[in-house]
Amino acid sequence: MNNSSTNRQFVVFELDNEEYGIDILRVKTIEKVARITRIPKSASYIKGVINLRGEIVPIVDLREKFKLESKEESDNTRIIIVYIDDINVGLIVDSASTVMEINNDMIEAPPESLGNIEQNNIYGIGKLDNRIIILLDVFKMLNI
Amino acid sequence: MDVNQYLEIFIEEAQEHLQNLNQNLLGLEVNPNDSNLLNEIFRSAHTLKGMSGTMGFSSLMGLTHEMENVLDAIRNGKLVVYSEIIDILFECLDFLEVSVGHISEKGKEIDKDIEPLKKKLVDIINKKDVTEITYHNSSTDKRIMDLTFNQYDENITIQAIAQGMRVFKVEVILSKDCMLKSARAFIVFKTLEKYAEIFKSSPRIEDIEDEKFDEGFKLAIITNENSDTIKSDIEGISEIEEVLIEEINQTFEGDKAHSNEVAADKVEEDKADHEETHAKKNKIGKTVRVDIDRLDNLMNLVSELIIIKTRLEGIDSDSTDQNMTEALEYLERITTNLHDAVMKVRMVPIERVFSRFPRMVRDLSRELEKDINLQISGEETELDRTVIDEIGDPLIHLIRNAIDHGIEDKHERSNSKKAPVGKVDLRAFQDGNSVVIEVEDDGKGINVDKVKRKAIKNGIINQVESDALSEKDAVELLFKPGFSTAEVISDVSGRGVGLDVVKTKIESLGGTVEVETSTNNGSKFIIRLPLTLAIIQALLVNVGNEKYAIPLNSIKEITSIKTNSIRNVQGQEVIVYRNGVLPIVRLTNVLDIKDYKEDEEELTIVIVKKGEKNSGFIVDSLIGQQEIVIKSLGKYLASIKNIAGATILGDGQVALIIDSNSMI
Repeated sequence: MNNSSTNRQFVVFELDNEEYGIDILRVKTIEKVARITRIPKSASYIKGVINLRGEIVPIVDLREKFKLESKEESDNTRIIIVYIDDINVGLIVDSASTVMEINNDMIEAPPESLGNIEQNNIYGIGKLDNRIIILLDVFKMLNI
Repeated sequence: MDVNQYLEIFIEEAQEHLQNLNQNLLGLEVNPNDSNLLNEIFRSAHTLKGMSGTMGFSSLMGLTHEMENVLDAIRNGKLVVYSEIIDILFECLDFLEVSVGHISEKGKEIDKDIEPLKKKLVDIINKKDVTEITYHNSSTDKRIMDLTFNQYDENITIQAIAQGMRVFKVEVILSKDCMLKSARAFIVFKTLEKYAEIFKSSPRIEDIEDEKFDEGFKLAIITNENSDTIKSDIEGISEIEEVLIEEINQTFEGDKAHSNEVAADKVEEDKADHEETHAKKNKIGKTVRVDIDRLDNLMNLVSELIIIKTRLEGIDSDSTDQNMTEALEYLERITTNLHDAVMKVRMVPIERVFSRFPRMVRDLSRELEKDINLQISGEETELDRTVIDEIGDPLIHLIRNAIDHGIEDKHERSNSKKAPVGKVDLRAFQDGNSVVIEVEDDGKGINVDKVKRKAIKNGIINQVESDALSEKDAVELLFKPGFSTAEVISDVSGRGVGLDVVKTKIESLGGTVEVETSTNNGSKFIIRLPLTLAIIQALLVNVGNEKYAIPLNSIKEITSIKTNSIRNVQGQEVIVYRNGVLPIVRLTNVLDIKDYKEDEEELTIVIVKKGEKNSGFIVDSLIGQQEIVIKSLGKYLASIKNIAGATILGDGQVALIIDSNSMI
């Protein structure tokens, strides 16, 4: 039991061949891509809104948000629905696979710069075996 | 620890009991002899005491215990209700309210000394001798009044006075040694009937004839004579001990007569309704408290079900299987009923909000030393729960405004020959697809010039604009941010955060607010709210390959025009239509729709109105009229312009709702 207090669980997903993680406590569900309705005159990374079981949820294209090359949807494409207070937002990712437990000791502070992602979007860098996982701070990333 | 799980229930129930106490105490103040009310109050206080004890809130229990003692004394007739008792009881309620609020926030009782309050309550009981004496005094004065009038009698009285006749209550007391009491009574009747009409007697005439009365009887008469004539005539009859006579005019004069009539009405109604109220109360006992989130969830699931049903119908359209069609029809019926049922569950009578106002008005009228008669009607009107939760504050604001700014002080009212009691009407009713709430006062009305001056002073408009403003537009200035007309900032209203907050709040609920005012006759604030979860009729249109909804109530007409009839005036595309110039909005531009090919010859135009202005929206094609549920885009997309929200279509697709007001 003592170990668990220093372990945190992350939903791990892939984006442009890199692995990212979001604290599982921020994730509501993971959905297959549904029909997205475009919102006119919105920021370029906002793909639109979807109907999630009767609720309107805005969708953010993480590739666009992180200024990565855009990619065609595939069977693996997923929408991760994250929630902050009463706001739900869906994030489009290349694929979502596992839930990982990472020990707090294995999380490092974010480096000064990391490609196109602003530093304060990142909570830390998690290391597990040989994998490097970029842990996102959803709250800051979505600017809520 | 184990009690904590009941804390929430305790708080909810405590608040409910406090609300009841508040309401019933107010009632008791008006009808001190209503034993039903008293019992109700006693029961609430008793339950509250028990609950507090179980939860271990000792000061709550202590205070309610003392309250109970006082109430018990009243109930047993040892104490008589007078306004100071009510005041102290209200003070206790306020403390209890604060305390319960504190418990709900902090989980423990407020750390405040309750001894002074307790002492006041104890003093009441000790002081009772004094009050009994005063009670007796007042009761002798009012002996004649024992002949109580019902509504019918009052109507007669009012009509008689209106026709210039006079109405008296006459009490005749016969000598103790009078032998033939009914014969004497008969002579009295005969004497009076020469010039008066007897319309009520106590005891009843039949009983008087049968000699079923002690030494006296009371009559109510209409006559043209004055009281002295009547008195001397009756006294002229032998074996009459005493004649008491009282003219009834003071209580039935002018406006006051009206208000009294209504008040008396109300009492009658209250009595008649009592059984009903009891039945209602019992019904309330059979309810279940449900978290609103769970209802939202249920609602979403029902929407899902409807969407799936629509999809099934789509799949089925090729099939000719009779069973399948029947099953689908059945499914359709059930989902529609289910949808209606869930919607109804969310509806709450507006009474929930209104019930706290009588107390507020009572306190305000004392504080401001204005006599106010608050009349509430339509409290059974139902609104969606979310709206109910939000509408309280704006209404408090409007009522405070009405009393503070609208109703004049007593002096001013008597100068302008108005009834001394100011009237505030609070009405709710359903009007088509919306619910209307009105707050009306009979005060001095809004001074348009003062409003204009103030607006200029606060930099909201300049002199030129002010001169051009119509009266109606000038009144609208009240709703501008940073506006307050109170010359002296009072505690009650007028902190400059006034009506613009009310307006913003009501608009956020999808409603509107307007004012009607007339100098010296008062003002009326009219709030219109959508009936429920914002279900509206909308026109669905195709623009490019996207679907949009335009609210039907903003659409004036639909027409088609020739492409080459569009002219360009100062960079704005217009057409000449029905002898007017109609600006054209290309939705494809506004909505940023790319790869779109315009029809070469004819264009479909939806003419949308905003107030007096019209505008023609070019669309590709019309899909049809449909009832849609408006859903918000959420806080994350709050900055999006031109879109009022979204709706989910039958096939599960999301369509955006065009905010036509922002495009004109």
